[in-house]
Amino acid sequence: MGIEGIGARVARKEDKRFITGKGRYTDDMSVPGMKHAAFVRSPHAHAVIKGIDTSEAKKMPGVIGVLAGAEMKTDGIGSLICGWMIHSKDGSPMNMGDWRPLAETKVRYVGDAVAIVVADTKAQARDAAEAVKVDYEVLPAVTSAVDALKPGAPQIHDNAPGNQIYDWEIGDLDAVDKAIASAAHVTTLDIVNNRLVPNAMEPRAALGVYDEAEDHYTCWTTSQNPHVARLVMSAFYNVAPENKLRVIAPDVGGGFGSKIYIYPEEITCLWASKKTGVPVKWVADRTESFLTDAHGRDHVTTIKMAFDADNKITALKADTIANLGAYMSLFSSVVPTYLHAILYSGQYVIPAIHCNMRTAYTNTVPVDAYRGAGRPETTYALERVVETAARELGVSPAELRRKNFIREWPYQTPVILQYDSGDYEASLDAAMKAADYDGFPERKAEAESRGKKRGIGMSCYIEACGIAPSQAIGSLGAGVGLWESAEIRVNAVGTVEILTGSHSHGQGHETTFAQLVSDRFGVPIDSVSVVHGDTDKVQMGMGTYGSRSGPVGMSAVVKALDKVEKKAKMIAAHLLEADESDIVIENGQVKVAGTDKALGWHEVALNAYTAHNLPADMEPGLKETAFFDPANFSFPAGCHICEVEVDPDTGKVEIVQFVASDDFGNIINPMIVEGQVHGGLAQGIGQALLENASYDPETGQLLTASYMDYTMPRADDLPSYHVSNTVTPSPLNPLGIKGCGEAGAIGSPPALINAITDAIGNNNLNMPATPQRVWAAINAA
Amino acid sequence: MSKVEMTVNGRTVSAEVEDRTLLVNFLRENLNLTGTHVGCDTSQCGACVVHVDGKAVKSCTMLAAQASGSEITTIEGLAAGGELHPVQAAFREHHGLQCGFCTPGMIMAATDMINRYGGKLDEKTVRAELDGNICRCTGYHNIVKAILAAAEEMSGSAKVAAE
Ligand code: FES
Ligand code: FES
Repeated sequence: MGIEGIGARVARKEDKRFITGKGRYTDDMSVPGMKHAAFVRSPHAHAVIKGIDTSEAKKMPGVIGVLAGAEMKTDGIGSLICGWMIHSKDGSPMNMGDWRPLAETKVRYVGDAVAIVVADTKAQARDAAEAVKVDYEVLPAVTSAVDALKPGAPQIHDNAPGNQIYDWEIGDLDAVDKAIASAAHVTTLDIVNNRLVPNAMEPRAALGVYDEAEDHYTCWTTSQNPHVARLVMSAFYNVAPENKLRVIAPDVGGGFGSKIYIYPEEITCLWASKKTGVPVKWVADRTESFLTDAHGRDHVTTIKMAFDADNKITALKADTIANLGAYMSLFSSVVPTYLHAILYSGQYVIPAIHCNMRTAYTNTVPVDAYRGAGRPETTYALERVVETAARELGVSPAELRRKNFIREWPYQTPVILQYDSGDYEASLDAAMKAADYDGFPERKAEAESRGKKRGIGMSCYIEACGIAPSQAIGSLGAGVGLWESAEIRVNAVGTVEILTGSHSHGQGHETTFAQLVSDRFGVPIDSVSVVHGDTDKVQMGMGTYGSRSGPVGMSAVVKALDKVEKKAKMIAAHLLEADESDIVIENGQVKVAGTDKALGWHEVALNAYTAHNLPADMEPGLKETAFFDPANFSFPAGCHICEVEVDPDTGKVEIVQFVASDDFGNIINPMIVEGQVHGGLAQGIGQALLENASYDPETGQLLTASYMDYTMPRADDLPSYHVSNTVTPSPLNPLGIKGCGEAGAIGSPPALINAITDAIGNNNLNMPATPQRVWAAINAA
Repeated sequence: MSKVEMTVNGRTVSAEVEDRTLLVNFLRENLNLTGTHVGCDTSQCGACVVHVDGKAVKSCTMLAAQASGSEITTIEGLAAGGELHPVQAAFREHHGLQCGFCTPGMIMAATDMINRYGGKLDEKTVRAELDGNICRCTGYHNIVKAILAAAEEMSGSAKVAAE
């Protein structure tokens, strides 16, 4: 490896534009003649639309057009889809309710879009949106999934009786029930995984441009996967055929899942651009983001863990109701099932596992993947029940885990997954050492002398990254394949362009992907450019989520690099009159091993393009494409330990230390990986201590729809973190990487809640553990 | 309509704007200085921080008309003569940014903070002072580190507390 190769802590190439204010986000784009859009949104959680009167609004200053759903339907714009079919245990397909981009007959959540107003300025568009009169007949609403499934609950979609989307199961129920019946000990826990709002700092935005002369559309949008956006808008929403639709996701200010989906707004802006004849830009304000970005989590679970007399786990049973909101968002169906339930083995040998999952429609914004997507919910339930069991059994939580660890890989769990590699004891030991776990009793006694309650808690998580083997997920109901593509273009002067279907919205691809090339050919990363996020430049890609850019996206780059290397060596062998097998590439030189015969990398590149002297039958040029379809998920794992001090008078929790020891396999850039962990930890700690999306159960109004009401973690809510890595390379991809994007958000909530419940001596505590809740739990203990 | 005139990054600008025009919209839309971002509508996030007469101000809390007559520096005007400002350099060096959306506001707030505290900055103070700036990507760890490093560089004496 060179100083900029694999494993090097290189500062980011992309930073220059961001620190000088030259980043280009969707809202920074402007095109000639561009006008501004505002959406008319439902103020009611559930209502029938009796009529829409746009006449006043159309007369307002600056207004160019006011368009509603009926017209959109006439124009053949399709309904939004969910891309993963799940079948209930009785074999019936999930009940997918119709989701129109602009509601025509009924609104189902506060914020549901009803019409779009296009005007000269954003302010004029908003003024006019307020003048659109919608006649609503308000219906009773339901916001909790548990209530929505009760008899007599308001019926949200006609084709989903009792609001049930599916009732799905996995695992061997009989075996689990038998093991529970004959167990020496069973621990049972009822828990809630609180509903969250992803809150990428850049609000969603779209700029739709219709070019009449070419009958062509361009969409700039805040997307994690522009190619998927183009595919879906073309194949399902009938916006335009793929060759007539270009989707560009320029700089994107964070995603965390919320920018995977294709939302009504980008479809509507494109359609409205054709209808009004002007480019149409829409930018969400923050309250609009709260009301309309897909939310995350929102599970209610009963979990049981059974042990034999030797404290070995014999069975696990989880029964969950998950809230999917008013409509089924793009990946909403798979999050509680194949991204959640199949992780219930955790890091442990558990002979029998069963998970039942019922999902429900409610009058809330759709719920879909948010950082971790299903896996944080699994880990929270599992790691709280293990910790609780240790307390009930009177054994050390660390030793109970250790006793049950998986120790051989590949490991086949009873719920589909086969883990690739790992060493769970190594991360446990590293974390315990870093946290001085053994010294805790002394620290606790010292805190007690100051009147503070001190607690320590851990979680040992596993996650599945790098989604996914296309054939396998196809058989489980996925509507797409989840490979990735890459193209390597070596220019005639030896500089290199990487075209990738992965998308960076903060992850630093322009640096880490360039490091792969530098490592291989010895060229400086400044001579390597990464091109992504534009369907006109990159042929096809599946985008970035679930830590797939590393295990899948980079693997495609490696495959393409293999081909480039092979061709470069053939050219060099020909020019140097050597055998191809003797050619090596070192420090930017293409050499005959063990001799001083060498060509500069740029000379080989130039020869490829002059084509004056190439091997017989070789095509000119140095450019290769590859697709990589993973053989399996990769399985990062680790141990997080949190130590807290609780003020018994106020219930305020202070995190005194947070230790994360993670195994992400091989690492390309440790600085960037640490950054991913820090960010994930902040979101996990946010979930555990501060954040909660709360709907009024009667009216269905989102009570936490601004930063005044939804508590975002701020710098003074959080500690500095102690992060480190253990390494077991993944055998399933050429770089041996596993992925690091979600680990922080997955491992931290249970570690924190385990620490608080340890401190206060009451296990009956839900997230977020606000001072009020903690104080109440202390006083109820 | 109001007539506004101000100096932005050393250049005098003037325009007729609607009375309700916020400073941030004036900067972004009239002057095309899109480095100043809008992350919220309640003056909570700090993505829009600029310097008004040398002090950090959330440009979404101020009307363009109120800023008339002032000297404004935005993120685009922070680097002098092609050299990065030490705070900008420290954010890059210490990986204090990921998606970059909060970054301009963070850097402008941090610069003001260092100007006010000089060598007296420590981790606790930096964290408390960042109360008005939200970052969803970094978990703040490296932002705190970058600010302490920049403070040290600029004053030569700040205590580096974050690891
Ligand atoms: S945009 Fe000014 S504080 Fe959020
Ligand atoms: S770097 Fe993305 S919000 Fe701070």
